[in-house]
Amino acid sequence: MPTYVRTDKCDGCEDQDKAACMYICPHDLMLLDKDGSKTGHAMKAFNQEPEQCWECYACVKICPQQAIECRHYADVVPLGASVQPLRGTDSILWTIKFRNGIMKRFKFPIRTTPEGSADPYGGEHEADMDELADHSTLFTKGTHDCDMSQFLES
Amino acid sequence: MSEYSFGNPEIIEEEVDILIIGGGMAACGAAFEVKRWVDKAREQGIDLKVRLVDKAAMDRSGAVAQGLSAINTYMGENDPADYVRYVRGDLMGITREDLVYDVGRHVDDSVHNFEKWGLPIWKQPGDEGKTLVEGGKCVRSGKWQIMINGESYKWVVAEAAKKAIGTENIVEHVFIVRLETDKNDPNRVAGAAGFSVRDNTLHVYKFKCCLLAAGGAVNVFRPRSVGEGMGRAWYPVWNAGSTYSMAAECGAELTLMENRFVPARFKDGYGPVGAWFLLFKAKSMNAFGENYQEKNYETLKDHGYDAYAMGMKMGTCLRNHLMMQELKNGRGPIFIDTPTAMANLAQNMTPEEIKHLEAEAWEDFLDMTIAQCGVWAGENIEPDKQMSEIMPTEPYLLGSHAGCAGIWVSGPEDIPGMPDHYHWGYNRMTTIKGLFTAGDGVGASGHKFSSGSHAEGRIAAKALVKFAIDNKNWKPEMARSVDEITSEIYAPVKTFLEHKDYTTAIDVNPHYITPKMFQARLQKIMDEYVAGVSTLYQTNRTMLEVAERKLEMLREDSLKMRAKDLHELLRAWENYHRLITAFAHMKHIQFREETRYPGYYYRADYMKIDDENWKCFTNSTFNRHTGEWKLRKVPYVQLIRKTDDEPEAMARPPTQVS
Ligand SMILES: Cc1cc2nc3c(=O)[nH]c(=O)nc-3n(C[C@H](O)[C@H](O)[C@H](O)COP(=O)(O)OP(=O)(O)OC[C@H]3O[C@@H](n4cnc5c(N)ncnc54)[C@H](O)[C@@H]3O)c2cc1C
Ligand code: SF4
Ligand code: SF4
Repeated sequence: MPTYVRTDKCDGCEDQDKAACMYICPHDLMLLDKDGSKTGHAMKAFNQEPEQCWECYACVKICPQQAIECRHYADVVPLGASVQPLRGTDSILWTIKFRNGIMKRFKFPIRTTPEGSADPYGGEHEADMDELADHSTLFTKGTHDCDMSQFLES
Repeated sequence: MSEYSFGNPEIIEEEVDILIIGGGMAACGAAFEVKRWVDKAREQGIDLKVRLVDKAAMDRSGAVAQGLSAINTYMGENDPADYVRYVRGDLMGITREDLVYDVGRHVDDSVHNFEKWGLPIWKQPGDEGKTLVEGGKCVRSGKWQIMINGESYKWVVAEAAKKAIGTENIVEHVFIVRLETDKNDPNRVAGAAGFSVRDNTLHVYKFKCCLLAAGGAVNVFRPRSVGEGMGRAWYPVWNAGSTYSMAAECGAELTLMENRFVPARFKDGYGPVGAWFLLFKAKSMNAFGENYQEKNYETLKDHGYDAYAMGMKMGTCLRNHLMMQELKNGRGPIFIDTPTAMANLAQNMTPEEIKHLEAEAWEDFLDMTIAQCGVWAGENIEPDKQMSEIMPTEPYLLGSHAGCAGIWVSGPEDIPGMPDHYHWGYNRMTTIKGLFTAGDGVGASGHKFSSGSHAEGRIAAKALVKFAIDNKNWKPEMARSVDEITSEIYAPVKTFLEHKDYTTAIDVNPHYITPKMFQARLQKIMDEYVAGVSTLYQTNRTMLEVAERKLEMLREDSLKMRAKDLHELLRAWENYHRLITAFAHMKHIQFREETRYPGYYYRADYMKIDDENWKCFTNSTFNRHTGEWKLRKVPYVQLIRKTDDEPEAMARPPTQVS
């Protein structure tokens, strides 16, 4: 289901320093058509290679205007369904609409800490240079107990 | 207008001590670990400069872009030696047990960090709110797997990695094309070069050492869906084999590149089956409702495959083999009975709990394969009411999932019984001095998954720091000039600008081939001759000879790829990386005259598992100047004791390699 951008919602991320969808797509698919020469819609984004879309939804989740949706692969999926997320800071809300009209909604937690708060080394001790060549430990030393009798040469 | 333009890029040269290529799980692990040691080195007066370059944005790059619903490698109550047994069982006996063990002993620490940074990990009733470190009991879907609410898995892991090394040391949207060897030592790496997909800049890095962790390879084979759904491979479309091709072209030895992964997945959406089989206990059946696994068990005996099974307990490829018998014999489709599984689970549940169960079933896909929900919704499939089809996908090359293609690396020397040929230098260093890898890059040690790849990035990072310190007075000098590198990388642009006005149709021109058609040609060759889906994963010596001829001509034509913009330049080089990866895969299949991985592929002219001659690693090196591949056998050495729970074949002596 390649992504598409709704003309009525996309504002080209004009208030931001870059188009969010363009920044996030891992496959370089989303493109902001600044002058409208590619799509006829100036300052709106589009998916420049729909058949390369993994449907990872990274662009859908990040768009500040909720302008991006998915239309399921035309060569695979019957028309009429949609799967749309609304990603907040601690949870994500999914709305799934079946072709036959059935609706399902699910909400799942996405993280337990405030966004941006991950402290890589919070509370951990420092590395010890004497252990740089020691394979049995990393700097956090959370090493698993190992039963060395399992080795043939033990 | 700036003076730089498409075809005339600004050249940005930088010299650093350590370069990390990739921003996925392994690279994030490396970024996290490296900083702690770099900080310590600075206290001792040694200043080390680190850079990380990713072709995309780290928050969502790599295989974990949409999230995951499970962490597949967590030891917990288990011993790492048992983990090694499980991996060698799944990979048909030939595994670098030192590397697997090394991941096993360190992996839990990465998982504990993920939880600390904010990744929600499911807990047993009563233990909610208690972390793993505090003794909270996780929910296991298998002996090694734990369930998570993983939509933001990559986001959280990248956040910690970015904070660790600092965003000023991260370059995003730069695709690395090539590694450059040292001017005086062809077996040493000294630099890397790539281009930005955003502006007209070319980036050249010189360094003492580098971690190459750019994931595995997808779209080397023609995918089952070739229309709009072509992007829906199981494996993320953007991992183009950069790891294997850049390493091979730099002269690094590859190992077990014949090994591939053919996952059996929900048809078309490619939703994972792990939670359905392991957690929900779903059963699969053929068109006639028969349990084909039990029914086809006897066929394992035809070629000695049963020696690698313990009753119905067997590796991923053998389970595929049982399924493929049905498809070959016209007894498909294969169904997964989701309604019965859910009804069984719901038997003693309250309505509230049943609702929760349904949410869990959907979350499994919403967290990592959203497209599968699209297929269900579009086809009106409610998993508690209607069965789904499962199907083996097109082949992928990777080293961290249930496959073990990759680069041959030096292991940790503190493991008891390490033979000399497993250890020649720094941990996770390839046969090229200064070139390290991790995650999908490391060969002969699959089943690391997301957590193990992160841990392995950390293991490598520590070794990189040691290498950089040990070589602190060494100055990198590249064998080729920046001019040469620039004209090579921008050749597709030049080709386009030179010839575009020769014809009226921009895509049809005798002077060039579009990256898209180049990819289609590669996929057609691989699919039809190198055991793709169209031959039901079978090949033989003659087919491989034909493939080799065709691939060689494709390699010649790679010089005629065109790029009409930066986006196409990206596709051009991705497809070149795919080609070299495909070449390695084909040469290895050609070399190994047996069927070691039935269910992944068959050498129809050598259908047996032949432990006498092939219970060994197969390693290759590539000379990019002559185009020549050299292959050799390398002895497998068992390090961990065999237990009674393992198939008898594990005790068979490995092939003697002279
Ligand atoms: C569909 C799917 C489901 C999975 N499910 C699970 C699961 O449930 N549990 C689990 O634990 N594991 C799972 N895995 C496995 C896990 O995702 C991988 O093991 C892990 O991501 C491998 O880490 P890596 O760093 O080697 O590669 P990746 O994480 O894929 O990272 C590769 C990185 O390299 C970058 N890159 C690529 N080429 C270049 C280049 N030329 N220049 C610069 N950068 C480049 C990419 O942008 C990316 O940042 C799954 C994998 C897939 C594909
Ligand atoms: S689609 Fe959304 S993210 Fe993309 S440019 Fe428009 S508003 Fe911004
Ligand atoms: S869904 Fe993913 S692959 Fe497709 S355009 Fe959006 S970010 Fe890119």
